[in-house]
Amino acid sequence: MNSAVQDPNLSAAEQLSDVLTARLASEYGAGTKIEGLVRLSAGASRDTWSFDAHKPDGVRQALILKRDPMDRQADKSFEGVPEGRLAVDRRTEGRLIQLAGEAGAPAPTVPFFLDAGGRTTPGFFTHRLEGETLGRRILREEAYARARPKLAYQIGHAATRFHGIDYDDLPKMRGLGAADELLHYRTIMDSFHQPHAGFEYGFRWLQERLALAGSRYALCHGDFRNGNIIVDEAGLAGVLDWEGAHLGNPSADLGWMCVRAWRYGYHDKMVGGFGDLEQLLDGYDAGGGGRIGLEEMHFWHVFGTLRWGVLCMILGFTHLDGDQRTVEYAAVGRRAAETEFDLLLLLD
Amino acid sequence: MPTDRPNAVELVEAVREFLSDHVAPNVEGQLAFHTRVAINALAIVERTMAQGDEMDAAELGRLKDLLKQDGDLQALNGELARAIRAGEMDDRRETLLAHLRQTAEDKIALANPRYLTKRG
Repeated sequence: MNSAVQDPNLSAAEQLSDVLTARLASEYGAGTKIEGLVRLSAGASRDTWSFDAHKPDGVRQALILKRDPMDRQADKSFEGVPEGRLAVDRRTEGRLIQLAGEAGAPAPTVPFFLDAGGRTTPGFFTHRLEGETLGRRILREEAYARARPKLAYQIGHAATRFHGIDYDDLPKMRGLGAADELLHYRTIMDSFHQPHAGFEYGFRWLQERLALAGSRYALCHGDFRNGNIIVDEAGLAGVLDWEGAHLGNPSADLGWMCVRAWRYGYHDKMVGGFGDLEQLLDGYDAGGGGRIGLEEMHFWHVFGTLRWGVLCMILGFTHLDGDQRTVEYAAVGRRAAETEFDLLLLLD
Repeated sequence: MPTDRPNAVELVEAVREFLSDHVAPNVEGQLAFHTRVAINALAIVERTMAQGDEMDAAELGRLKDLLKQDGDLQALNGELARAIRAGEMDDRRETLLAHLRQTAEDKIALANPRYLTKRG
């Protein structure tokens, strides 16, 4: 339930500033000032802000707030199947970032949470990390030239930290084994009533090879890709955006990292446009995740590619069904063709 | 379609040029982004009007060969998807893949021709 209301006489930033002043007074002491409040992103699933807290003792703390959108719409369903973009709530997301950090994965510090109230949706705070999150810049800018060759290994290693978190320590989350996850996307695809021979062959290919998926089951980040990491000159500084976290086969995270859509044209570097598969697997092995076989990796690379294709179609149909009419979603719908092409190159 | 000019292709072109020459330079932020997306969407329509018929004819020919039956593009694509799912195409994978790859390449040629070459 979302009962937070935006006061029409205040801007979103003004109202939030009041909320933050009250909230941070209880953490850092009365008189803490909120400075430089700017919105970083606003979307259907999140509302992210950056600001500095100027504490009474003169110390500044750079913070990020991620909360549910104030005008949040219900999660879109396809004939009863939740689309899953809002797989975990903000409290769970913040808790998972804490757990990942405690387990040794580079992740921002989550110092405290923001409870829902009449004037704000629920969220969590992180200490702001310095670095770059835009995938294209990570691949292109000179500042990251020495970081890039290290990233795939570091990412593999980081994944073992959170993939290895004890099941009993995790908050309650949704979980899907490989067969069920395939069925999840199959059902969404069918709900479009739009025959798609290319993706159909992808489903057929995966269905025949389910045995290659392996049987591991652990915390998955769910959207582990170039674009959801923060990189500084030394390499991986943090794993971000845990809203798609769920229980499942953790190799899915590694396969998703290899999907061509986030290589931004640097196709010779299979991992995020910056690294090689061997580096990713070496880092994973060194972190104690075991040596993932090439066939299993290929299965999850194909799976991730098909999943991205279905997600593009979801956005296209979100527009067509009238849930959110926007030329952006309409155009993304046609980008499914790029993913179809990528997918068919991977299949035999 | 009327033969009067400007014809449909030329009208779409006019709107795209209006957006890129007069709107795009005067907006910023989210609106600038959506304007670029809109320009690209109209470019897809223009390329489809120029090359779509030829691609459709070729695709239809391939589908008839593959499925050994007659029908229109919509019906045969539905039939192909059904047959793949039922495993009925498993013995013709090479021809199937060649057809699917050609079809996907054509779709990209319309939707985003730079995809296959662009970097960064």
